Amino acid sequence: MKSLFFLFATTLCFSLSVAKDAAPLAVDPALEQRLISISEEMRCLVCQNESLAGSRSDLANDLRREIRTLIQEGKSDDQIRTFMVERYGDFVLYRPPVKPITWLLWIGPFVILVIGIVGLLSYLRRRNLSIPSTALSEKDNQKIDALLKQDRKDRRND
Amino acid sequence: MKSKFLIPLLIFGVLVAFLAIGLNRNPQEVPSPLINKAAPAFEIPQLEQTNKMFSPESMKGQVWILNVWASWCVACREEHPVLVELAKSKIAPVIGLDYKDKRDDALAMLANQGNPYLLSAFDANGRVGIDYGVYGVPETYVIDRAGIIRFKHIGPISADVLTKKIYPLVSELKKS
Repeated sequence: MKSLFFLFATTLCFSLSVAKDAAPLAVDPALEQRLISISEEMRCLVCQNESLAGSRSDLANDLRREIRTLIQEGKSDDQIRTFMVERYGDFVLYRPPVKPITWLLWIGPFVILVIGIVGLLSYLRRRNLSIPSTALSEKDNQKIDALLKQDRKDRRND
Repeated sequence: MKSKFLIPLLIFGVLVAFLAIGLNRNPQEVPSPLINKAAPAFEIPQLEQTNKMFSPESMKGQVWILNVWASWCVACREEHPVLVELAKSKIAPVIGLDYKDKRDDALAMLANQGNPYLLSAFDANGRVGIDYGVYGVPETYVIDRAGIIRFKHIGPISADVLTKKIYPLVSELKKS
């Protein structure tokens, strides 16, 4: 009987210690950290130059709450991103995904760079070709020899 | 040789054209990924008859219009007469989604300005709005017989949008 009472008392203690209030969401730092890292990469659709993490708009509050719930349900970051894109479109992502419609966006600058380099090289080559290369005459050579000789003499005298 | 001088002018012209197009577009109008997808299911209480639920499932088999509104939304008041007009035309049932509103305020607005809605669903915490990708009230969806979203309009519907887009679309959807 005594042992039974003891068991009862300990179970009660144990269950009491478990039955605390649920910790407020903001207290779980790991969860908040993930919430921030996900929502920083997302656009708030109401104030489009703000991220979902930084916006104070009502919708952003709701969406952060929604993402929090999804994290608690054990959804992966990718699943949460898909959840958002399914509802608000790729526009919600600050980094647009690489797919046929965004190829121009991702590769365009490099294409323009290549066009620029090719244009520059062909221009330089054409300019080089347009400068006439004149052959030196015998007289020119004698003139050069004389100048060089003069120069050497001047240096020796210095 | 002369044409060479025209090249910068031409590039400038193209640039101006791009900027002109870009500046005249409305950045608030984001294409919805929900077009041609099934309208998300939900079941929430109605605004007027609080003990009754509404679910889009119950609208299957008819073309209908879902209008997201709220009494706190100024643009909704602007839109309201157009919706009343739409309801009068009886072209399709208009269902309201009262988004993040207070019940008393919402009922007062309908009493004052007329009620174009067959019924309104009461989305108190905005959860249904999230599923429909709502980010700026009012928003309007045209949903076909199979429950597929065919059209979404963000912002107040003008008489122009009504006659040029919604009426033709609804009558076309009704034919099929």
